[in-house]
Amino acid sequence: MDELIIKALLGGSLIALFSGPMGCFVVWRQLAYFGDALAHSALLGVALSLATQLPTTLSIAFTAAALALILLKLRRGQQLADDTLLGILSHGSLALGLVVLALLEPTTMNWMDYLFGDILAISWVDIGGAAALAAVALGLLAWHWQPLVLIAIDQELASVEGVPVARLELLFMLLLALVIALAIKIVGVLLITAMLIIPAATARVFARGPAEMALLAALIGVVSVWGGVAGAFQWDLPTGPAIVVTALLLFLLTTLINRPLAQLSARN
Amino acid sequence: MSSLLSLNQVTVIAANGSQLLADVNLSIEPGQIVSVIGPNGAGKSTLIRVMAGLQAASKGEVLRQTGLRLGYVPQQLVVPRNLPISTRAFLQLNQPPIKPPSLDANPTHKTKVGKSSAPSEEINIDKVDPLALKGLWSKPLQALSGGEMRRVLLARALAGNPHLLLLDEPTAGVDLIGQVEFYQLLASIRDQYHCAIVIISHDLHFVMSATDRVLCLDQGLVCCHGAPEEVSEHPEYQALFGEGTEKAFAVFSHAMGGHQHAHVHSHAHGSDHIETGESVHG
Repeated sequence: MDELIIKALLGGSLIALFSGPMGCFVVWRQLAYFGDALAHSALLGVALSLATQLPTTLSIAFTAAALALILLKLRRGQQLADDTLLGILSHGSLALGLVVLALLEPTTMNWMDYLFGDILAISWVDIGGAAALAAVALGLLAWHWQPLVLIAIDQELASVEGVPVARLELLFMLLLALVIALAIKIVGVLLITAMLIIPAATARVFARGPAEMALLAALIGVVSVWGGVAGAFQWDLPTGPAIVVTALLLFLLTTLINRPLAQLSARN
Repeated sequence: MSSLLSLNQVTVIAANGSQLLADVNLSIEPGQIVSVIGPNGAGKSTLIRVMAGLQAASKGEVLRQTGLRLGYVPQQLVVPRNLPISTRAFLQLNQPPIKPPSLDANPTHKTKVGKSSAPSEEINIDKVDPLALKGLWSKPLQALSGGEMRRVLLARALAGNPHLLLLDEPTAGVDLIGQVEFYQLLASIRDQYHCAIVIISHDLHFVMSATDRVLCLDQGLVCCHGAPEEVSEHPEYQALFGEGTEKAFAVFSHAMGGHQHAHVHSHAHGSDHIETGESVHG
């Protein structure tokens, strides 16, 4: 039992450290629906992994990245509004994933684990993999931090200033696909977007700069994981939703506390 | 002397098939100030976006001198609401530690461009701050007004020490006094940074006095082109902006909802009666 908790806390914290900063970019660039669409494609990734025997995380990251690139391509010069296109691909890929999985594994499928995550099923191998991937991803993020923030502020300005926008966009999409593939383990397909944007939105209340916001979001994500895992053990709750509810409570709390504070400082 | 940038028969066709630019030929020489004028929808912004490399030409070619450094000041910058960043942090973002532009209205007692030996940026800002950025330093980027944002964007563009500065309607939303100062600033920028400047403008009187060359666009076509004095004599120009129509233009844009419309008598150009109409541009 003890080891189960340690593994859940460790694995969840590692992933939250990575999802915090990525969530900031999702919030800044208004990519919540985009992230949702990528997350929903994850079931197709699971199907791919069953068919090819590739590691699940890798095949989920692969399908999410493929969808991201398809979306970017379709977005240019298409007639449909962005949200319509995202809605089609997002729910289309979710339904397609469920159908393909049912065809591949008609009996043994446990839907809930993929839809809502199962952090308690995380293994030491998973944790090692997550640690390595998160470390590389955070390193890349830190390395390209300034141009990525500039792109988030204005892509055209960045492009005129000589920032290799196309290359960095590709990097960003790969990182987004990776964070989704990792976060599926803890909160599942349906709640990944929450894990990305709620800690970032909470951090926004306090942060005075982009880097500060990213660090705070990572911290708030870790606290949410700990709160959620504790709650899950205490009251026998599903862990993924418990983590998201903890993040939500933190958000509501800080927003409620901050409102009077902001009014006070505005008056002075 | 080779051109910094030249457009050869550049045509831009929009996704819906309409022609935004047709067969535009233009070359920008070092140190020149070129003004682009024309009515709304004439293709002025498209032209500057093609020069900035933000929009591809459907036909024709865009030649840039190798190693050309561009500075670009868009009409506006919509900063994500959720991205906390101060003006200062924005100016320093993805830049080598900047020294904010220390332009002088009277550059004679200054030596050379690259030579500035500012010990620290703080002192440098305090010394001369023609863009009046000091007061904005700690403001969140989202809290800047349109005019303030353009000054900040200009400062950022200049920090890159550009060979060619592209300004998309820099005086829109700036009051008339601000406009006079702005065009004075342009000349000193050119002298100190030795850069060429392409500027889109509605402010015809200012354009005429402050620029080396004027390009007049109408419906994607260059209708006239040359020194300010030549262009103002040109029949095409007179048809677009000539006596009489000028007033109508201002009234028209007022009627179209330009709420910052200004009628001002000024002695900046002899006894000219200056009217500007701020208009909603496309």
